[in-house]
Amino acid sequence: MSEVKKFLYVNRKAPYGTIYALEALEVVLIGAAFDQDVSLAFLDDGVFQLAKGQNTKGVGIKNFSPTFRALGDYEVTKLYVEKESLDERGLTLDDLLAVTYEDEDDDYEEKPSIRLVSRAEMADLMSTQDVILSF
Amino acid sequence: MSTLHTVNKSPFATQTLQSCLNHVKDGDTILMIEDGVYGGTVGTTIAVAVAAITGKVAIRVLEGDMAARGINADRLINGVTPVDYAGFVKLAAETDRTQAWL
Repeated sequence: MSEVKKFLYVNRKAPYGTIYALEALEVVLIGAAFDQDVSLAFLDDGVFQLAKGQNTKGVGIKNFSPTFRALGDYEVTKLYVEKESLDERGLTLDDLLAVTYEDEDDDYEEKPSIRLVSRAEMADLMSTQDVILSF
Repeated sequence: MSTLHTVNKSPFATQTLQSCLNHVKDGDTILMIEDGVYGGTVGTTIAVAVAAITGKVAIRVLEGDMAARGINADRLINGVTPVDYAGFVKLAAETDRTQAWL
C-alpha cells in the first residue's frame, strides 16, 4: 500500500559556485522512480539554474542544464519559477531554457514545464506540500 | 496546517532569512539555528522586519547556538524566544512539514 505524497524540491542556489544545484537535480531524478507528486521550485539565485546558453567548457565542470529538459520523461513536469526572483536579477521567462513535457492526457501535446508564479503563490505552494527538500 | 522553517545562515551573509520572511504563512514557526541565531538579536538592520512578523509567526532561537555565540536572552527581539533541543524536536513533531532554508 503506497500513498502518493506531494514532494517539493526547493532550489535557491546558482548552478556552479556550489554543488547544491547539481545534487538537487540528481535527487529529483532518483526520486522520480518512486511515483510521487513532484514539483520543483526555483527562487532567489536558484532561477540562474534555468538560464539559457550555459557553456561550462571554460570551467571544467559538466553543464547539467540540458538535464532539466529530460525531466518530462520522468514525469517531472512542474517547475515553478518565482517572478520576483527573476525581476531582481534582470531576467524574464525568455532568458530561461525551454523546458517542456508531452502531456499523455492530452494526445501527447508538448507543453511548457516552467510555470511563472508570484512570491505569494510560491508561499502557497510551499504550504501545501507533504515533504519539502531544500538545496 | 503549519510549517516549521529553519534558518541556519547569518542574515548579514546571505538573503536566506529575508527569503524565509517573504514566504512564511500566518501560524508558521521560524526556528533560527547555527549562524541563523544572529537574526533574532536587537539593533540589527533586519531586526525591524523580524519584529514586524512576530504577531503572525512564532520566532524561536536555539539556545545552544545562542550560548555558543555569547548571545543572552536579553539581546533577543521582543517576541522572539529561546528553545532547547527538546523544544526543537517538539516543534518538528507538531508542524505538518519542515522547510530548511539553507
